[in-house]
Amino acid sequence: MAHDHNHDHHHHEGEHSELSETALRVKALESLLVEKGYVDPAALDELIETYETRVGPRNGAQVVAKAWSDAGFMEKLRTDATNAIADMGFIGRQGEHMVAAINTEDTHNMVVCTLCSCYPWPVLGLPPVWYKAPPYRSRAVSDPRGVLAEFGVQLPENVGVKVWDSTAEVRYLVVPQRPEGTEGWSEDRLATLVTRNSMIGTGLALTPDEVTS
Amino acid sequence: MNGGQDLGGVHGLGPIDPETDEPVFHAEWEKRAFALTLAMGFYGQWNIDQGRHARESMHPAKYMTSSYYQIWTEGLTKLMLDTGFVVPGEVHLGRQEVTPRDLHRDPVGADEVAAILAKGGPASRDLDTAPKFKIGHKVRAIRMNPEGHTRLPRYLRGCEGEIVAWHKGHVFPDTNAHGKGENPQHLYTVKFAARELWGTDAPANDCMHADLWESYLVPA
Repeated sequence: MAHDHNHDHHHHEGEHSELSETALRVKALESLLVEKGYVDPAALDELIETYETRVGPRNGAQVVAKAWSDAGFMEKLRTDATNAIADMGFIGRQGEHMVAAINTEDTHNMVVCTLCSCYPWPVLGLPPVWYKAPPYRSRAVSDPRGVLAEFGVQLPENVGVKVWDSTAEVRYLVVPQRPEGTEGWSEDRLATLVTRNSMIGTGLALTPDEVTS
Repeated sequence: MNGGQDLGGVHGLGPIDPETDEPVFHAEWEKRAFALTLAMGFYGQWNIDQGRHARESMHPAKYMTSSYYQIWTEGLTKLMLDTGFVVPGEVHLGRQEVTPRDLHRDPVGADEVAAILAKGGPASRDLDTAPKFKIGHKVRAIRMNPEGHTRLPRYLRGCEGEIVAWHKGHVFPDTNAHGKGENPQHLYTVKFAARELWGTDAPANDCMHADLWESYLVPA
């Protein structure tokens, strides 16, 4: 433990000075691009606000909750995810071509982009740091069960893992299995069980107990 | 290219370390780097494949030890230098030294952002040619080691799989990344058994899928 703590400490110190240097570089870049008339700072603010406050995994959770509640919608999601999701108003950049990877009793789906950081922005927002970082990108394809264990997910051996490497412009949304004990729940209530990680495939949907506790 | 970005199957990169209640951005500079990259991309002076290629052209050691928005900042700087938006001295000082490029338009305003994001940039293109493969066909990913951009990762090259989906025509990144045209091809999702890729120690019922262009594939 002492060793781990020490390691972390050094790691963060090193990161700090390097990041300060990057922070200065980005600041200089923005000043330059504004001075040259290439960017409007108000548009930059709007871009940031869009992905900080409006476009995020709550969108995807609505899609999943609807699929759990409505067999017709689940079928449309299976056959034409792009339009099924667009019908809910989630469209555009990094979600132009959508596929739903639907978990079943014997299949667990998990999404990665080994080559960069492809991620379905309209339904999940911007990807978390770990999704873009080398440890996940390297091992999601070669040792998905080991990766899942790091997220606290243990699958029975009879459940096959299907990994989807986003090598083109197709973006994948995992539809986790609906937890037991949620019969009669509204879509809004069901959506509270749908975590971001359950839609990447590094987690499962929460159980009713996990939400109320 | 066999660069630092092609990470599938690399060992020794450490734990995944997910963060609880992770914020969308971790620092002000990350927000600005993200927004600058999108805003400059709106000019259409480079495409998404050129953007990816600029990032993966970093030295592999630097790529693997940089945070993702550091990689974006490197990539954006390279793209702007390559296309003459800025010159090296300006990047260094953060001040204008040469006249801006005349782009015959004003920068995108805050009120235009939502419509641009909603429109996105579909990669699908109509094709006159029939697809070479059908769902269920057995195929093999070719062996290749191009110095330029490709989306066929090393861990799949030479391996046998099965077509499980067909996405019709999509822009071909290997040429598009180098300004050599979109040259759309049929795109397929190919399923590979974990044991085909990783050997007999891999679980028998696991599999990996990738979206691969027709010229990456031959009949198995």
